[in-house]
Amino acid sequence: MKRKSDKPIKITEVCLRDGSHVMQHQYTEAQVRRVARELDEAGMHYIEVSHGDGLGGSTLQYGKSLVDEMKLIEAAVDECQNSKVAVLLLPGIGTVHELKQAHELGASLVRVATHVTEADVSAQHISMARELGMETLGFLMMAHMAPTEKLVEQAKLMESYGAQAVYVTDSAGALLPQEVKEKIAALRNSLSIEVGFHAHNNLSLAVANTLTAIEEGATRIDGSIRCLGAGAGNAQTEVLLSVLDRMGVNLGIDIYKMMDLAENTVGPMIPRAQEINRGSLVLGYAGVYSSFLLHAERAGQRFGIDSRDILIELGKRKVVGGQEDMILDVAAELAKARKLEV
Amino acid sequence: MVKIKAAIIGSGNIGTDLMYKLERSEVIELTAMIGIDPESDGLKRAKEKGYLAFHNGIQSLKDNPEIADIVFDATSAKTHVRHAKVLAELGKLAIDLTPAARGPFVSPAVKTDAYLNEKNVNMITCGGQATIPIVHAINSVADVSYAEIVATISSKSAGPGTRANIDEFTITTRRGIEEVGGADKGKALIILNPAEPPILMRDTIYCEVKNMDEAAITKSIEQMVETVKEYVPGYRLKQEPLFDGNRVTVFVEVEGAGDYFPIYAGNLDIMTAAATRVAEDFAIHMLEKQSV
Repeated sequence: MKRKSDKPIKITEVCLRDGSHVMQHQYTEAQVRRVARELDEAGMHYIEVSHGDGLGGSTLQYGKSLVDEMKLIEAAVDECQNSKVAVLLLPGIGTVHELKQAHELGASLVRVATHVTEADVSAQHISMARELGMETLGFLMMAHMAPTEKLVEQAKLMESYGAQAVYVTDSAGALLPQEVKEKIAALRNSLSIEVGFHAHNNLSLAVANTLTAIEEGATRIDGSIRCLGAGAGNAQTEVLLSVLDRMGVNLGIDIYKMMDLAENTVGPMIPRAQEINRGSLVLGYAGVYSSFLLHAERAGQRFGIDSRDILIELGKRKVVGGQEDMILDVAAELAKARKLEV
Repeated sequence: MVKIKAAIIGSGNIGTDLMYKLERSEVIELTAMIGIDPESDGLKRAKEKGYLAFHNGIQSLKDNPEIADIVFDATSAKTHVRHAKVLAELGKLAIDLTPAARGPFVSPAVKTDAYLNEKNVNMITCGGQATIPIVHAINSVADVSYAEIVATISSKSAGPGTRANIDEFTITTRRGIEEVGGADKGKALIILNPAEPPILMRDTIYCEVKNMDEAAITKSIEQMVETVKEYVPGYRLKQEPLFDGNRVTVFVEVEGAGDYFPIYAGNLDIMTAAATRVAEDFAIHMLEKQSV
């Protein structure tokens, strides 16, 4: 495989964070311990553990966690010999206080995430994370919603605050391969720090887009084992690793162990198959934040309307990540409009 | 009619919008706009309107203490800490629109006569002003154990101050939900939405209550919306409240008056409108005392 970067590729397994959406934030400590232990044994580089919406995300807006994420972070740190534990922080939801707490419990990497056009809200958190001595990466979410020049401008802001890498985060799983290529190349050419890529599989492009990103020079790569991430999940980690191995890229992660972990540990945990159903397909098609899926399905049932109509309407209104309250609002509005029509 | 004199420190966006609000007051006479940049739009507009316009900061108040009894501080948290001391020494009432919070939190829709004896009060945050009245309304009839608010504002209306310290927003608003709203425990989220044309400020308030009573809660919320409307005419419910078990969800939209800010910036408007209303409460109280 030809890569436009000679830096090593580092994989972050996100099933214990992005997968928290699918688990409706009901991860038990035993589940987290087992997954973290087996990932560590397989040689995973980083394991992200947090509420699906990042530190402090346990809310009525996003769903309450069964177990306090700090307990889960502590448990994962306890299980890991070599893998590093990462956390996610969305300014506006979590604060530097939760970040400090996670750091004290042993989290050593943080991804500070903002909407693709709002990087300047992350300055405070990025500089604090650096002060704490954490590896600190920027995460520009919903990357499909902004033109590449805007993405570059915002990534540069994060770099200026001290981020050591910036991710193109395809939160809606809406990016097409050509767009990934363009965005990663633009960031690689404009930044002196590493570039990362986080995919969602809503259009069945997660692995393909991730390969494109790697070819273009992305070195920080996310995956979720068995696609255990919001919507249709992320780049399926064990598949991605197998493909990379076939392409001659060995990352030091044991593929058989990852397959076993997927089959024996994660598979039985997942409440329903992480296939691309019509809901997750619509996420990618309409460009809607992947964690909206289950909320939209529930709202659809509650108000007796097709969850696809809710998602499409949210896409039209250019709703951004974190606006889960809009789902109920739009569903109630659509239901009312239907009644008026009858 | 006799009015109470007031001055604004801080000739930025908030201070300037405040000027337009105070212009309409029947009990407050704005006398001066105080800034540090003679070229600022706020000072220019103040001068055009015939107000005193100083650009030497709080020194101007030390030199001319007679120009105001009420002083609005629309500078920054750091600056207000310094100002608070000077204003206390001068015996001026301070209405603090910064996150400094030297004095107690107030929302004019949540009347506690207690605050009329304070010499420095804090206006919490925009999200707090938009949501705490609703939490209080629910709490007063159903006892709120947990309240969570989500404030979504247009990116264009979020100034550099808010952006540089967004944790201050979430933490201060949470405290306001508990201390003024009356929830046992609070949580605040803020989301910036960059859509064009800019969206109006919208707020979602989730409350978990101990004594569910749908009719009483709905009535209390509707009354509260009317109270807030008295000083923010564009404050309204987007939907009827939704009920689910012990949980009530309220959707609010805030359209600004369009004074200095465009109408989408309901978040900024509700701050200046609430500060004006609080100052008027004080002014009426002062005038009553004078007439005795």
